[in-house]
Amino acid sequence: MREEFRGSQDYVASEELLQAANIAIALQKPLLIKGEPGTGKTVLAQAIATAMGKPLTIWNIKSTTKAQDGLYVYDVVQRLYDSQFGGQGVDDIKKYVKLGKLGEAFSSEEQVVLLIDEIDKADLEFPNDLLWELDRMEFYIPETGETVKAKHRPIVIITSNAEKELPDAFLRRCIFHYIAFPDQELMAEIIRVHYPDIEDTLLRQTLRAFYWLRDLSGIQKKPSTSEVLDWIQALQLSGIDPQRIADEIPYAGVLLKKNEDLDVLRRAKG
Amino acid sequence: MFLTFFYLLRASGINVSLGEWLTLMEGLRMDLHDSTLSGFYTLCRSVLLHSEADFDRFDQVFLEFFKDVKHVDEVPPEMLKWLEHPELDLVELERLSEITGLSVEEIERMFAERLRGQDAEHNGGRKWVGTEGYTPFGHRGKQLGGIRVGGKSSYHSAYRVAGERKYRDWRKDNTIDSRQFQMAFRSLRQLSSNSDEPKTELDIDATIRKTCDNAGNLSIEFTRPRKNALKLMLLMDSGGSMDYYRELCSLLFQSVSKAGRFKDLKVYYFHNSPGKRLYLDPTLDWRNSVLTEWVMNNIPSDYKVIIVGDASMSMQELLPSYNWWKSDVPENSGLALLLELKRRYPHIIWFHPQPRPAYSSYWTQTFELLEKYFDMYQLSIDGMTKGMKKLMVRR
Repeated sequence: MREEFRGSQDYVASEELLQAANIAIALQKPLLIKGEPGTGKTVLAQAIATAMGKPLTIWNIKSTTKAQDGLYVYDVVQRLYDSQFGGQGVDDIKKYVKLGKLGEAFSSEEQVVLLIDEIDKADLEFPNDLLWELDRMEFYIPETGETVKAKHRPIVIITSNAEKELPDAFLRRCIFHYIAFPDQELMAEIIRVHYPDIEDTLLRQTLRAFYWLRDLSGIQKKPSTSEVLDWIQALQLSGIDPQRIADEIPYAGVLLKKNEDLDVLRRAKG
Repeated sequence: MFLTFFYLLRASGINVSLGEWLTLMEGLRMDLHDSTLSGFYTLCRSVLLHSEADFDRFDQVFLEFFKDVKHVDEVPPEMLKWLEHPELDLVELERLSEITGLSVEEIERMFAERLRGQDAEHNGGRKWVGTEGYTPFGHRGKQLGGIRVGGKSSYHSAYRVAGERKYRDWRKDNTIDSRQFQMAFRSLRQLSSNSDEPKTELDIDATIRKTCDNAGNLSIEFTRPRKNALKLMLLMDSGGSMDYYRELCSLLFQSVSKAGRFKDLKVYYFHNSPGKRLYLDPTLDWRNSVLTEWVMNNIPSDYKVIIVGDASMSMQELLPSYNWWKSDVPENSGLALLLELKRRYPHIIWFHPQPRPAYSSYWTQTFELLEKYFDMYQLSIDGMTKGMKKLMVRR
């Protein structure tokens, strides 16, 4: 039987997400996850890694990240310096070739889960530069004449906040899943995972207030899962009467991060 | 039947390629859909689609394709063919009945009951249907019971999911996507190392020179990375006849600001033709405006200027009525102001969102007039590429 991901203790996934993850694992293709910020895109990779008992390698993408960084870096300058001072092993190029995250994942002795986080942060051409490597799971290092080939194809998970559109050729190679914002029931389940002994009234009132707030027109940055979790903690610590939550929305600053949004809330509350 | 679905998807504007289709087939062969329709739905969606913007369209096609089998109580033969599972022949149902000692009708009825129960259960809100609640059938052999039951019940749930059209909000019928826009803006580049960035790039020439000066002792030199020094001013027509193109223009605007590689970017709005004032936001509120004269006096002429507008307006906005057919341009007319802009900013082009009018009419005369003075391009991939080239030509 093929290996399957069935969710984990502290990650509640929708059935569709589980299926998409398993499809990607079985077809050995990268899983591209899109969704609102705070819907647990990054945590998914951790959950898959934990559930399948595999190590997790994270490659965080920044606006300056180049595809090459993920493969390997050849430290020419260090080698030049070393050669000047007659350091040991200068003739060994390998000493100066350091594998990047992708390289690490390829050369690992066991199968790893590789998370390429926020791929849309990088340059427009970035995904295109990785096509071959992700397809063939190998790359060539001209300096050493070596080919780094994946011993075990890593399970690749890619997240995107849709800041930039990704190139078509890249998309065609991925299994795509969009994490929709959880409905009230799923959200209740998620909250219970994080706060197992939360009171029912508090939970109900919080959810009511939260979804009311999300539906409010004019909110620019809608609060998401991570915010509601913080909010619950704040509410629990303050010991506020659950009945008042929906009416007053205390600590709204935890949920809404923009001044304009807080104004909208104030106006809506009258 | 499978291929029909493929072509239906393509016809509806979902750009499915053969590669993805083969991947889907591979997935089916590996039984990744668990032989259920909801599994098939998820499999199709995750393999064939790449954007939540297509979800709604996909749901519709999925519904359309399978609508005929929607209310059939027995397992529809279409579905059997469609799953391309030889073991799902109707003969199997009879064999199942032999094994269990139940009649075909009884099994069908039980399935139907289960189905109803299942439906009520998941009307409660949760989606996972497929495998749950069918244990009585499960132990009769995975191939027979499992597939049939699963296929049937989940096929119902796939409908439910598709029927809800949850993804309607994400749909966008963009002809050009912002990526293509951004790629076009990419050609606007004027690299210069005249920035105040820290020196982070290895300067090979200087390093060699210094090292030689140093009698062969390595001495490393760094230089500033080259940055785009291009300054861009965007003038956008807003309101009125431009409302039809609002989506396109906002996409253009987003791409310009997302591209974010210009040294400076100024955006002003106008209505029909730039007048005395330029506005800072598309609502054209005078409280948020600057004098056009101020702009021309304060923004240096090395800015490249892109005007976006449909160039369709009343002729009077460009020329006073007595002057329509003469060749000189009187002062203080709208056209004079535009020409002033062109004099001040030699690098100027005009993008119009609509195709170039094919024949002359009353409505196109302003377009034709402006075309005499400005390089005009349609706001399409092709037009943009040409326009950018023109903008970058040295003058």
